[in-house]
Amino acid sequence: MKKNDWILIITILLIAAIFWLIHTKFLQDEGSYVTISVDGKVIHQYSLEDDIDVEIKGVNEGINRLVIKNGKAKMIDANCPDKLCVHQKAISKDKETIVCLPNKVVIEVHAKEEQEYDAVVK
Amino acid sequence: MTQLLNRRNNLINKIPYLGVFTAGAIILSYIETIIPFYFGIPGVKLGLTNIMILIILYLTGTKDAFLVSIVRIILTGFLFTNFYSLLYSLAGGIVSLIVMSLLKRTNRFSIIGVSVAGGIFHNAAQILIAIFVVETASIAYYLPILIISGVVTGMLIGILGKILVPRVRAVIVR
Repeated sequence: MKKNDWILIITILLIAAIFWLIHTKFLQDEGSYVTISVDGKVIHQYSLEDDIDVEIKGVNEGINRLVIKNGKAKMIDANCPDKLCVHQKAISKDKETIVCLPNKVVIEVHAKEEQEYDAVVK
Repeated sequence: MTQLLNRRNNLINKIPYLGVFTAGAIILSYIETIIPFYFGIPGVKLGLTNIMILIILYLTGTKDAFLVSIVRIILTGFLFTNFYSLLYSLAGGIVSLIVMSLLKRTNRFSIIGVSVAGGIFHNAAQILIAIFVVETASIAYYLPILIISGVVTGMLIGILGKILVPRVRAVIVR
């Protein structure tokens, strides 16, 4: 590989990173509700405007505790070994997620209008 | 431009090779539809067909690469996919080929850099078409992911091309 190849690749990756930052900081839609899925199936849906504190039964007797407060959703406790989900920051913007892999629990924020892009782009 | 053209400077000798490359590209497209090298993100593909286009670009030139690419896209579009996929492929294929041939012409990049640029612009063009088809700009959030995937797959294809181009040239010019 020539030096120019590396310059090209690094420049492009930088552009991608900047684009990503601008998008997540300024352009992302505010979420309006969260869905809770266990093992790929949506089991519950909560509005971000309500304050709630629920326990979610994941697979293999996994239990996660989800709290929604001040319009933000956060996993505050889990009985999984790594507790990665508990360490993730609170989410409130469209398409943000908190994932607990061992318990197969996924919390996802959605904006008001659901748009099904996946049906068009194959 | 190349040894091939210098030695056999007429169309009749070129046509069989282009036919073989087109057939190879179609087969690779088919392989990609049955084994969708799935990286966990919809829309991210390995872009195996691009290896054929790269080889033609480096062996016989831009015009032939365009010809093979467009014939390949139209045929695979009718054979394996639907109209919208054809539209996406056409946009991606043409834009990436324009970028690749321009970069190659500067002589400042190796085949890997050329392939990376092709991969990225292939994805970028498809996103652009998707924005018009779905009529929303918000899918642009996908762009960074597709840029990174373009870099990775472009590098893989470029490395493959670096190995294959001299070998194919040796066979053709024999």
